[in-house]
Formats: sequence, C-alpha cells, structure tokens
Amino acid sequence: MDILRFITAGSVDDGKSTLIGRLLYDSKSIFQDQLEAIEKAGQVNGQINLALLTDGLKAEREQGITIDIAYKYFSTPKRKFIIADAPGHVQYTRNMVTGASNSDLAIILIDARKGVIEQTYRHSYIVSLLRIPYVVVCINKMDLVDFSEEVFLNIQKQYLEFAKDLDLKSIHFLPISALNGDNVVDLSTSMPWWKGKSLLGFLEGIEIHTEEESPAPRFPVQNVIRPQTTEHHDYRGYAGQIRSGHFTVGDSITVLPSGLKSKIKAIDTYAGSINTAYAPMSVAIRLEDEIDVSRGDMLVVTGQEPTTSQDLEAHICWMDQKAMTPGSKYLLRQTTNAVKASIRSLEYRVETSTHEKKEQASLGLNEIGKVTIRTAKPVAYDPYSKIRGTGSFVLVDEGTNQTVAAGMLL
Amino acid sequence: MTDLHRLSHLDQLESEAIYILREVAAQFERPALLFSGGKDSICLVHLALKAFRPGKFPFPLVHIDTGHNFDEALKFRDNLAERTGEKLIVRYVQDSIDQGKAVEEKGKFPSRNAIQAVTLLDTIAEFKFDACIGGARRDEEKARAKERIFSVRDEFGSWDPKLQRPELWNIYNGKIHVGENVRVFPISNWTELDVWEYIRKEKIELPSLYFSHQREIVWREDLVFPVSKFISLDNTDKVETRTVRFRTVGDMTCTAAVESEANSIDDIIREIQISRTTERGSRLDDKRSEAAMEDRKKGGYF
Repeated sequence: MDILRFITAGSVDDGKSTLIGRLLYDSKSIFQDQLEAIEKAGQVNGQINLALLTDGLKAEREQGITIDIAYKYFSTPKRKFIIADAPGHVQYTRNMVTGASNSDLAIILIDARKGVIEQTYRHSYIVSLLRIPYVVVCINKMDLVDFSEEVFLNIQKQYLEFAKDLDLKSIHFLPISALNGDNVVDLSTSMPWWKGKSLLGFLEGIEIHTEEESPAPRFPVQNVIRPQTTEHHDYRGYAGQIRSGHFTVGDSITVLPSGLKSKIKAIDTYAGSINTAYAPMSVAIRLEDEIDVSRGDMLVVTGQEPTTSQDLEAHICWMDQKAMTPGSKYLLRQTTNAVKASIRSLEYRVETSTHEKKEQASLGLNEIGKVTIRTAKPVAYDPYSKIRGTGSFVLVDEGTNQTVAAGMLL
Repeated sequence: MTDLHRLSHLDQLESEAIYILREVAAQFERPALLFSGGKDSICLVHLALKAFRPGKFPFPLVHIDTGHNFDEALKFRDNLAERTGEKLIVRYVQDSIDQGKAVEEKGKFPSRNAIQAVTLLDTIAEFKFDACIGGARRDEEKARAKERIFSVRDEFGSWDPKLQRPELWNIYNGKIHVGENVRVFPISNWTELDVWEYIRKEKIELPSLYFSHQREIVWREDLVFPVSKFISLDNTDKVETRTVRFRTVGDMTCTAAVESEANSIDDIIREIQISRTTERGSRLDDKRSEAAMEDRKKGGYF
C-alpha cells in the first residue's frame, strides 16, 4: 500500500469541506461518535452538515468558513490518503500554498452554476507553480443544473482554454454533487451520460509520480552521529533523508558546497547496514575518508552535481503582513541548510488570476513574483521543476522568526 | 526508477518521522521527548532509536505524572528507560497541587488532565526546554487536525490556531524567541491503524493494558471505567468484572476501556478495522464540549 497526498482547492461555498466529508462518509471512514457529534450540531437542507467534519476550529464553526488547513486521513484497501483541506479565501492563499507543497494531486472544485471564476484561475496557477503532478477538476453541484452534460462540457472547455498557458501535466474532469454523493465514491444514477470513474475510483487508480524518483542522487546532511563510546569509538555517520535518486556502497561522492570527494563506505539503518538506499529513506551514510562534512552540506554522486551558486533566481509566494522590498535580508532555509540572503530585485509580480506579469516595487501578502537573491554562502540546488526537494526554500524574517516566503528555484 | 524503489506507507511515515526527530536535534538547544507510557510515545522512542543509534538520544524522556496513572504504564516506563539507557525525568502534578499552583477539580468526574498543563509548563521552564516532542496525531481530534508539525507556543505555552506559521514541503522553521517553545509532532500523519501496523511490523513491546484482561469496572455514561482508588463510587455505581482492554492509555480517571477479547496485535488490528468509534471516543476529557481539545491546547496542553 502507498500514500496519495492531495489538496482540495476551490472558492468559498464551492463545497470543499462537504466533498471531503462525503468522501469520508461514503467510504465509511467516519466513526459513529464523530457522526453523532455533527448530527447534534444541526442540519443543512435536511442533511447532516458534513462540512463540520473538517472545520475543526471554533472560529470556523462559528463563521462557517475554513481558516486553516485541516489534514484528514482515510484509507481503502488500495491506498492510504492524506487530504489537505485548504481554505478558499484569497486572504488564505499562503495556507493553500502550504497544503499544496506536499501534494501529489490537486482537486479543484468549480460550482456548476458559476463556471470558471477568478478563484479557479488563482488556484490553478498555484497548482501549476508548485508543480503538483495531477489536477482533477470536479464540477460540483451538478444537482443544481439538472445534471446537464452540456453544462459540464462547457465548463470543461472553458477550463482547458485558460489552462493552455499553465504548466499542468495531467488534467481530468469529473461531474459531481458532493452534497448528494453523486460520482464521489459511488457512480451517480442521475448522470448516465458519465462513463468515467467516480472520484474515489480515480484517486485509487492513478499512478503516483514524484520528482523524488528523479535519478540524480541528493542527500542533504541533517546531523552527524558520533557516539564516541568505546564500542563505536571511530563511528561518524552522516544522518539524513535521501531527497532523490539512490546511493550505493562504493559510490563516488562529492560534498557540496565544499567540493571535497570520497566514497560511500557504508549505509546504516537501525536494523543493520544496507547496500543501496533510495528516496525518501532516512539513513546514515559513512564515508571512506575523514573529510569535513556537517549539517547543511549535501552529498551527491560525483558526475551528477547540481548547480552551486550565491546568485539565485526564484518564484516566491509572499506570506507576511509586512511587504517584501528589494534589499531586505532574510534567512534562507533550503534542504537542511540555513544561509543569510538578501533579495536583490523583484523582477515582476504575477497577477494570479490572469497570469499577467506586472512591474511593482514590493511584494505584499499572498502575492507571487519572480526575484533574484544573493546568498552569503554558495547554495547547492536543482531547479524546482527537476527536484522539488532541493529546489524549494523558505525565507525566515530574523526579527520576528516568521516564515515569510515560499520559494521555488529556477 | 522502478516500482521496486517505492516505500510502503509505513516506511514512508517512518522515514518522515525520523527526519523530523533529526530536525529537532539539529534546530534546538534543549529538546525533550514527552513520554506518557502510551503506545504513541512508545513508538516515538522506537523512532528515536532509529534516528540516533548508535548514538545517544539528544534529549531526555520527560513524563508528567498526574498521580492517576496505571501501575502497568509506570512500570513499563521505568523498564523502557533502563533498557534503552536513556535519561528519564519525571515531574509530578501532585507537587503542583501541593504548591498551590494547580487546583484539583471537583464534581462527579474529577480529572487531572487539564492541570497537567501547569506541571508541564513548569517543567519546560525548569529545564528551559525549547522543543517538546509529542506523540499526538492529527486523526485523533479535529483541533489537532489543524496543527502544524512544528507548533509554536508562546511564553504561556498557548497555541494560537489563527497565527500558525506556514509549513512548506519538509522545511521546518524552529526559530523562536527566548521563552517560547515548539511542540513537535513527528507522527502527525499517522492514523491509529498505522500505529498498530507499525507496532506489529517492528515488534514493539507494549504495556499489558492494551491486551484483553479481566478487570473490575463501572459504567459511566455508556463507557466502561476501571475501578481504582482515584474514582469515587456511590450507590448508583454497580461494580462488575468484565473482559476488557484499553485502546488509549491516559489517566485511570479519564480513560475508558473497551470490552474486548483481543489479546494479540493481530486481534487488535482486526478489531480497529471494524470499529465504529474513534480512539478518543473513550476519553471523557474530549467529550466535555465541542472545543474541549482546542481550549486545552490554548491553555498550554500539548
């Protein structure tokens, strides 16, 4: 069994929480006591309010909106699912980026009565920017448009038209009614024209491709394990999680950014030493030579080195109330590395609902733009489009300690 | 890469948890692992062995003892500390009560669950812990489903759900100001079933409480409660002997048992797979109100 991580995106009242509630309810992943608790809380249009399953905060239940991501879990005999239920409001874009950063798939909800709206563009742009491999566009509330195939096909056409400009690899469409459960877990009898799978059938069936399977081997060092006991007097293991590719005992290794070289002597796990380790395993690697390696360094296979540079280009999503102005300094965290960085220039801001590039002086909360960055020390990285695990970073404001930006390296 | 190079869901969850534990070790000066003697924190200790052996843990195990624990859980705790050779720190809620810092609840079902937070916050202050690793899972409760893996708490230990840091990819930001601390939840993405399947796969030892045994019980609000010196019985309570086990282990005053014949891990997994109630359904502390957990977390509970 494997894990599929997905995010749900859509505008307020498009029915995201209801859809998740329906997925859990119809796949029998809701427990009796949870059901009793939401039944007690009242009904909507004569049905239990499935949205209450995900809106876990008092303020959310009071206002009937989703403020922050809720993570929900369910499994079928085929797969374990982790759902990031992200809020739809524009002011919570940063929370959507948070949920999207770990997802293999995005469900974008569209209200069948409204068709593609500004939020659909915005969410699709974020999904494209974060390079989520699969998009499933669920056209919801089909019950309110008489389950019309024509309405469904029109929205599909409209979506594909604007998605031409986006970097979306795989787009699928589904007509559903989350409230009634049509085509969510079970196929609908009201839409005999639909010959595809139900949403759950689709989620169970797709093959997960992740950049972690990209062959270039990357191993950022987290800690150095040095017991210094009599039994393990000379033990020096570099602990970390393999971000991509695989490593085998005997591989020639280059340490970045120093460029020092050695070979893999052993790959250790608690259960014993192994010959080959691959992403995303957490292991400890020992080298043949006593060279200087510490947290933040990256072990790569010699000949397959990534770029190492102090000048970076990236798309960033700004996540702080205080706007970013070029010249400001931050702490850049990429893999296990933390390095001081200053933003040299803001090349443009992207209007997420139209994809237009606009010149402006600073980047405000929830805005996305392209920047150039200078770091205090060289950083080893891959383009985000190649390896998510080494091409992503965050910026931390050292005054407030807040995470103020999510970045994707070019 | 071929499909041979794909980790199972348990291996993926394990690798993620080891990575998080190692991030705690690297990013904090004085972390601690909050150990309760329950199955989730026992898994955390096992994951720490995987993350740091052949080295020592870069943190002590810390138990906030409410004084209402099951004897089996305490014995297990002490054995585990001895077996691993890791440092165990125990602080007592009774001391907080004696010092007048915490006030014991009154009423029909008094519990020390909430005042545990007082002792925890004092312990954090005493040792200047900057990170506390806990075994909470997001599937347990709806407020927990909202919480980040690195959850920043202010100097009062309080969680503000509206001011959580964005948490992107697997880059964790553990930067805090003096006096603040971070609660870290390495098994956030595990479900109850994942934990049991992991225990089976790794052959992890557990206290006998989790397996079926005969025990004196009373019924409280449709829940099976263990009879102990910590609960007061009146003439409406009828003591019976039943075959039970515990699905979750907390205080004797707030953890209900379930009637069960399951006495092996396989039996337990089968039982959970067909169960129609949540693990927390047997915790009276969560049934107090819609927002019981959220309110406790705002008060410094972990």
